[in-house]
Amino acid sequence: MKYRIAIMAALVATWTGPVLAQEKDPTIAGIEKYREMLGDDNPAELYEARGEILWKKADGPNRVSLEKCDLGLGPGVVKGAYAQSPRYFADADRVMDIETRINWCREKIQGFSSADVKKKPFGSADKPSQIEDLLAYVVTASKGMKIAPPNSHPKEKEAYELGKALFFVRAGPYDFSCASCHGEDEKRIRLQGLPNLTTPRDTKASHAAWPAYRVSTSRLHSMQWRINDCYRQQRFPEPGYMTDSVNALITYLAVTGEGELYKGPSLKR
Amino acid sequence: MKKINTPLLAISMSIAAVLAAGCATQQSHSMHQTSPEMIQKAFAAMKRDFHARAIATMDRLDTDKVQDVCNATGDVPPEEMAAKLEAEQTATLKLPADGNYMGDWKAGEKIAQSGRGMTWRDKKMEPEKNGGNCYNCHQISPQEVSYGTIGPSLLGFGKIRGNTAETQKYAYSKIYNSKAFNACSTMPRFGHVGALNEKQIKDLVALLVDPASPVNK
Ligand code: HEC
Ligand code: HEC
Repeated sequence: MKYRIAIMAALVATWTGPVLAQEKDPTIAGIEKYREMLGDDNPAELYEARGEILWKKADGPNRVSLEKCDLGLGPGVVKGAYAQSPRYFADADRVMDIETRINWCREKIQGFSSADVKKKPFGSADKPSQIEDLLAYVVTASKGMKIAPPNSHPKEKEAYELGKALFFVRAGPYDFSCASCHGEDEKRIRLQGLPNLTTPRDTKASHAAWPAYRVSTSRLHSMQWRINDCYRQQRFPEPGYMTDSVNALITYLAVTGEGELYKGPSLKR
Repeated sequence: MKKINTPLLAISMSIAAVLAAGCATQQSHSMHQTSPEMIQKAFAAMKRDFHARAIATMDRLDTDKVQDVCNATGDVPPEEMAAKLEAEQTATLKLPADGNYMGDWKAGEKIAQSGRGMTWRDKKMEPEKNGGNCYNCHQISPQEVSYGTIGPSLLGFGKIRGNTAETQKYAYSKIYNSKAFNACSTMPRFGHVGALNEKQIKDLVALLVDPASPVNK
């Protein structure tokens, strides 16, 4: 709540009325000002702190913590795991993004049902979801590390290829694909800049910044959410949470954006 | 949307044949061309992993011929194929029966501003409540500085082209079915898919062409 008020105040203080289109979105200018005010602080830290407690807490029907969860670098290794995701997991025989993997551990280690972990994946401002807290904790442990999804197992390569194809196929009442909005440099919708997610330049910057705390919604959003919301704008039916299609798109983005140092969770409009 | 049930693979293969026959000399602006096999896999994955929500039903993943050809050619179909598609899309145009293309530019401005409609947050198909999303992609009236750049600027559209019946008809047709003029246009086919109705399109034509509209001041 305190954060929310501070953000709103910062935004109001920097709002100078209509600007020329060539200038920066005033909300973005507001966020920059807010960043300066708080230094490195970001409300995502609240999520991370709650996530760390949750991670270590004996929870679920099995009353055990997630501390033995294997996020890809061995049981219990959290540091750097996000930077090397998505990846193939032999025990599940599929490619998983970090969110899918954390939920897999909640099911297999803690004994939550699959329905439980899928029930409300995307929180609201006053009701954050547990997975977003856990996610914030796990990704923060990769801060400053190089984004390096392995992309070597045949299923990882397959996921990358599928993700790339999904990115370009047009369908639906508006004939859109992801590339309709993210296929060229320096485009915008209204004043929001659209990263060109077909090239490393923009994809690196974009991928290294997610998950992100959004000032406009006062909450932390995961990449699973981002893709869900873009499919809504694309006027498609809804993609299932943690499905192979969504994980393939995340693999495509992570591989296209590899090599960048992880900077998230970041603060966005 | 009218569905044309040509099997995807057959179309892709005939396109591959055309390309192989040496017609692919055209300058490509496409960044990427997906193989017929990967296109099939992508649609199979979506049909397995996606679900209907409100008005966003699964049949939205059943592509029509324009979408199939654009997907198979990375949005750059060989010239004669593009011409054929454009002719077919032109044949779908339903122009106003009264021969009048111009509505009220003020109402048009509101429609251009609104991005509402056709998503899974919309409970019903109600074109009269939909917006055109026009400012998402185009500069239009000079006082609106929050405009997108996916499409060209339409500032001065009527002044530049002249407020003629011809210009009005072109604007109406372009909004009704953008693919009648550019087979793989990024712009949606608003009239063709029932996202906007006749009155709304007329209002938008007025916004672009009416000499009284701020677009042409
Ligand atoms: C109709 C337009 C549209 C389509 C189609 C679309 N997006 Fe987006 N996307 C946006 C907008 C607008 C934003 C920025 C939102 C914001 O700034 O709040 C965005 C943001 C993103 C971001 C975050 C960028 C960043 O750096 O913060 C990613 C990643 C993304 N989209 C991926 C996708 C993928 C994958 C698809 C296809 C499944 C897709 N988008 C389809 C409009 C679209
Ligand atoms: C997702 C992006 C997008 C949206 C939304 C969109 N357009 Fe377009 N529009 C384009 C692009 C790209 C072009 C140029 C390529 C072409 O002609 O197909 C274009 C071209 C046009 C043209 C032809 C311009 C010329 O000089 O011949 C008109 C007129 C037009 N749009 C009007 C509209 C109106 C009115 C709306 C809203 C109802 C709209 N557009 C919505 C992307 C869009």
